[in-house]
Amino acid sequence: MTDVAEELAATAPPRPRRMRPLRWIPVAVIAVYVLVAVFGPLLVDYDPIATPLADRLKPPGASTAAGTALLGTDAVGRDVFAQVVYGARTSMTIAVLTVSVAALVGLTVGVIAGYTGGIVDALLSRSVDVLLAFPGIVLAIVVAGLFDRSLAVVVLALALTGWIAFARLTRGSALSLRERDWVAAARVMGVSWRRTMTRHILPFVAGPVVALATIEFGLVVLAEAGLSFLGIGLPPSTVSWGKTIAGGRDYLATAWWISTFPGVALALLVVSVGLLGDQFNALFRGRGRPGAANTRRG
Amino acid sequence: MTGLVIRRLAVGMFVLWGAVTLMFALLRMAPGDPATLMLGPDATSAEVDALRTELGLDRGVFAQYLTYLGQIARLDFGDSYRFNLPAMDVVLDRLQATVELTVTATVIAAVAGLTLGMLAGYRPNGRLDRTVSGLTILLQGMPTFWVGIMLVLLFSATLHLLPSSSVGTPQHMIMPAVTLSLPFTAIVARIARTSVVDSMQEPYVQTAYSKGLSRFQVLTGHVLRNSLTPVVTIIGLQMGALLGGAVIVENVFAWPGLGSLIVESVANRDYSVVQAAVLLIAAVVVVLNLLADLSYSLLDPRIRTGGNR
Repeated sequence: MTDVAEELAATAPPRPRRMRPLRWIPVAVIAVYVLVAVFGPLLVDYDPIATPLADRLKPPGASTAAGTALLGTDAVGRDVFAQVVYGARTSMTIAVLTVSVAALVGLTVGVIAGYTGGIVDALLSRSVDVLLAFPGIVLAIVVAGLFDRSLAVVVLALALTGWIAFARLTRGSALSLRERDWVAAARVMGVSWRRTMTRHILPFVAGPVVALATIEFGLVVLAEAGLSFLGIGLPPSTVSWGKTIAGGRDYLATAWWISTFPGVALALLVVSVGLLGDQFNALFRGRGRPGAANTRRG
Repeated sequence: MTGLVIRRLAVGMFVLWGAVTLMFALLRMAPGDPATLMLGPDATSAEVDALRTELGLDRGVFAQYLTYLGQIARLDFGDSYRFNLPAMDVVLDRLQATVELTVTATVIAAVAGLTLGMLAGYRPNGRLDRTVSGLTILLQGMPTFWVGIMLVLLFSATLHLLPSSSVGTPQHMIMPAVTLSLPFTAIVARIARTSVVDSMQEPYVQTAYSKGLSRFQVLTGHVLRNSLTPVVTIIGLQMGALLGGAVIVENVFAWPGLGSLIVESVANRDYSVVQAAVLLIAAVVVVLNLLADLSYSLLDPRIRTGGNR
């Protein structure tokens, strides 16, 4: 972990006018995760329902009936490495879907609130206040717990608060942009409302939205793992890092690898995404509107 | 100032009403009939119908909503079928443990975060600043539940220094509180760094130096004091996230607070307890945000006058 910390430390703050090859590390790490999520399950066999009890609690590197267990096996003999690979696909799928839904809803709401103003804006802002009274994870636990287990429910539960940051960012930009000359000119020339939005307002939000989406991606990956860890949301047959970590809790003294490796995979992904988000933030800061970088939540 | 307080209070009341309404909508939308759930699989349909009438489930949604609002206004959250007690009693019973945990975590995060922030902000873009910056990303990127388990692995399972779960002695508090505090340490450190960097450029810091004060005296006497306002505010504003974090951390360490109660109750479909606990958390968040808002204007006269205009 200390090696990673040093690398992170070396890449974090913006230092312009200097070649920094280290800044590509997060991108490379994320690329590996994408590749694993897309192709990993094609190369690694895993049966979430199988329970080869003869192979239970084997340490990393031990040979099992299915081959060599690189990262050991869990309490019912399932391969931990395969769970890390399949978990990557689950995490990435949920994060991509959730961020897409959140961004779409947030951009729409934000642009309408900011551009229309008045009572629509006030109503939407108050709704956001109401949602923010609940800690996001608590709301997600309640929603995912109330409804039947499925991937779609998890995505909706996480997007329920995820869209807010996008809406705030877009609303702020739309609010200041609608007074600009080119927007007024477009209006005078009779350009349609929708075209004004897409051609003259949204392009200015694109950079900050990409930065925000990156940060949200990390938050969603963490939140999904948290839900799965609590045993809420995903159906039992879906592999998730959070579930594997939870499954290893009772075996810490004898089989440390079950909880450790999925957590390393999770932390490495979220930290890389966080670093990339910071680079985007530094890149897009000040573009669109002043203070765009302040919209990040914690 | 009075006007500001009244306005903030009105918004707070509105948000609470909205939170109650949202809870009602979510519970109504959930699949499954509460009466069937409460009576279990062995109930006859006559029994279910009788309970439905008793609970008012046979009436229209709007009538149910009005009854619900009335009950909440009288702080009646229904009974927990699991404990056979009023839901709010069950929740209040668990509140103390959560308060102890979050307050301890807040103190740790404030002290550690301020220290890190001052170290980082003292020389922006220096080696220390970059180290702290990397550290904050690491602290925020590591899932708390996993960090908690790793601490258990190290300090309980391997070194046998600390108890792995439950409550009792101060030693039981150490790992849960530290685990919960880590992401918030990072947040406080980031905010503190920014405000230290800003304060360092103020003329009074130059004055303090020219008076011949040492670096340490300037940092603690002048910079720290003037950097505190945003830190106090961010701690108030992050209380919601902290309580959310507590929900997960409590489950790692079997800490008998609101968070483990919520997860147990969701798993057992004990919805009156879920809504009582969640609404209590929402109320706490609203009140603390209000206090953070007001403390900000109390600490900074410029905002106070701005708010009155």
